[in-house]
This record gives sequence, structure tokens and C-alpha cells, in this order.
Amino acid sequence: MIDLLQKMFGKEPARSKDIAKERLRLVLVHDRVNISPQFMAVLKEDMIRVISNYMEINEKDMEVHLTQTNTSQVALVANIPVNRMKRSALFPE
Amino acid sequence: MGEVIVITSGKGGVGKTTTTANLGTGFALLGKKVVLIDADIGLRNLDVVMGLENRIVYDLVDVTEGNCRLKQALIRDKRYETLYLLPAAQTRDKSAVSPEQMQKLCKDLAQDFDFVLIDCPAGIEQGFRNAIAGADRAVIVTTPEVSAVRDADRIIGLLEAEGKSNPRLIVNRIRPDMVKRGDMMDIDDIIEILAIDLLGIIPEDEYIVISANRGEPAVVNPASAASTAYKNIVRRMTGESVPFMSMAVDEGFFGKLRKFFGLKEG
Repeated sequence: MIDLLQKMFGKEPARSKDIAKERLRLVLVHDRVNISPQFMAVLKEDMIRVISNYMEINEKDMEVHLTQTNTSQVALVANIPVNRMKRSALFPE
Repeated sequence: MGEVIVITSGKGGVGKTTTTANLGTGFALLGKKVVLIDADIGLRNLDVVMGLENRIVYDLVDVTEGNCRLKQALIRDKRYETLYLLPAAQTRDKSAVSPEQMQKLCKDLAQDFDFVLIDCPAGIEQGFRNAIAGADRAVIVTTPEVSAVRDADRIIGLLEAEGKSNPRLIVNRIRPDMVKRGDMMDIDDIIEILAIDLLGIIPEDEYIVISANRGEPAVVNPASAASTAYKNIVRRMTGESVPFMSMAVDEGFFGKLRKFFGLKEG
């Protein structure tokens, strides 16, 4: 039903092979650089600790992951929503 | 001096044993002298897929432990003059054989045979190490699924670490109808991800089940869709250049089949 609606509005439903490919791409980035989920969790915590000195961030929606660039290099990509800057960081005494 | 080729995949159930049986029989159909080694010690299966389970006297471990001569353990397939099987031991485990013993065994067999095909067990532990030890080249079997491609990627890495580079890929159990509607990864998707050379594409074929029931590899049945695919792979492995099957699906069932196997054009 949703597929039909999406077709009526000219929007192609997500093909499952594209989902498979994207999931595979991501899982292989981790496999290939041999990094565990625990490692990523620790890295994320450290990043939160450092960045929180300067700004208030939305930790819940923060995303940190390794990804592959189109030159088949691995990149660390972080999306960190900022709630507001810390005045103490902007105007140090 | 023959060529020693290991058939591996990482994941179980993707068709290593079926592929080994069919490629081996395919080589024999071309008159090549070929021996198949079942390296899955403790879980032997190649014998039943080949229909030779009643003829086993000695096995691989008997050879490496010196209980018999190598020639005594080889089972000749009576249907195809030049096809032989060296069965795995069923009552032992992977630790019964060492990589060094496998290397020697493969070297000895390569003296007498054009092709030595090794059916590798699933996994990346000692059974895998043993199976790849004596191989000159590797063929990786995968299916168009996330789990199977992921494991294939890991195997490629492990083979590389062992100095066995440039493995070639067989994508098994492709369903052109599902590929067409975008519900199955296609060959290009898989090759792009794994970045290795393609050796062949095997379509999903219910005759594979029937042939396993009968103990008679599908490659000998011209009506089987997978048969043509296996024959093409065998020809490629002997150095011939054979075009890959087109994955297009249209113009009815027979047109589809014809196009799929590249019988109509190139």
C-alpha cells in the first residue's frame, strides 16, 4: 500500500538491493579497518568530553562513524548537533 | 605439473561443495585429469554429492598418517575416466592434518593431475588454513547476500595475508527476476564491493537439489541452467575466453534463458 502510494506520487520505493549494498558497504568499512563497536563508543565519549568544554551538544542525536570515501579511503565522519555555544568558552576571562 | 585450486567462501551453505563437484566433473568432461580433495575433515560431504560414498576405503588422514599409499585412497569415478576423489576422514577432526602435510599432498597430486580442486570447509580456523596451504590459486564462492559477501571479503583478506593474491569470484544462486526488480544485488554490485575478478555466475537452479539427491553433478545434464554456467567456468579456468551471461530478463522464458546464457549474442 505504501509502495503504491509512493509510486502514485512518483517516488520510487527503496529497493532492497540498495539497502543491502549500503549495509554491506558500512559493515565492510568496519571489518576492513578492524575496529570494534566498543572502540567507537570510547572514541565518541572522548569527543563529547572535549567538545563539551566549548559548546553544549545534543549527545542523543550525535552520530560518529567510519565511512569510505569514493577514493576507497576511510573517513571518520561526525555529525554533532550543537544546542548553543558556551559563553565561558567564547569570552574566556 | 598441474594446478592446485582451493574452493572457499568463509560462510557455509553458499555452494562450495556443489561447485567443487561440478567444476571437477566439468574438467573430466573435457578430458582433463582431475582430483577433488574433500578438506572438510569430520564433516565430509563431497563424496555424497559425487555419489561415491559407497566406495570409500581410505581417506585423506589415512594418507597423511601413512596408513595407506596415496593411490590407494583415490576413488576413481567410473562414469568419467579422468575424475578422482580423495575423501575426508569422517571420524577425525581438523587437527588431524597440518598445513605442511597438505602442502606435500597437493604437490604429490599435482605431479599426476592437470587440476587438483580442494573443497574447503566453512570458517576461518584450522580447516581453512589446511585447505589453502597447498593451493596455487583460490576461487571464492559467494551468493548475493550481505552475510555471504561480507564473509567473502574477510576470506579475501586472509588469503592475501597468506600470500595467495588474486582470487577469482563465483557468484552462486543468482535469481535474474529478483535482480531485475531490485531485490537482489547484481554482479556489478558485488564485484564493486569485493574488487576482485569475476570467474563466473551460476543461476539459482532447482536441478542442483535433484542432482544432489541422485549423487550426479548437475553439469552433466544439458537441461540444467546451472550446467552451462559451470561449463563456462571450466572453460575459463582452462584459459579460454568465454563471455559472461547477460542478466537481462524479457521476451518470455526461452528468450530470457537464451539471453541469460549468452547463446543469442556474445
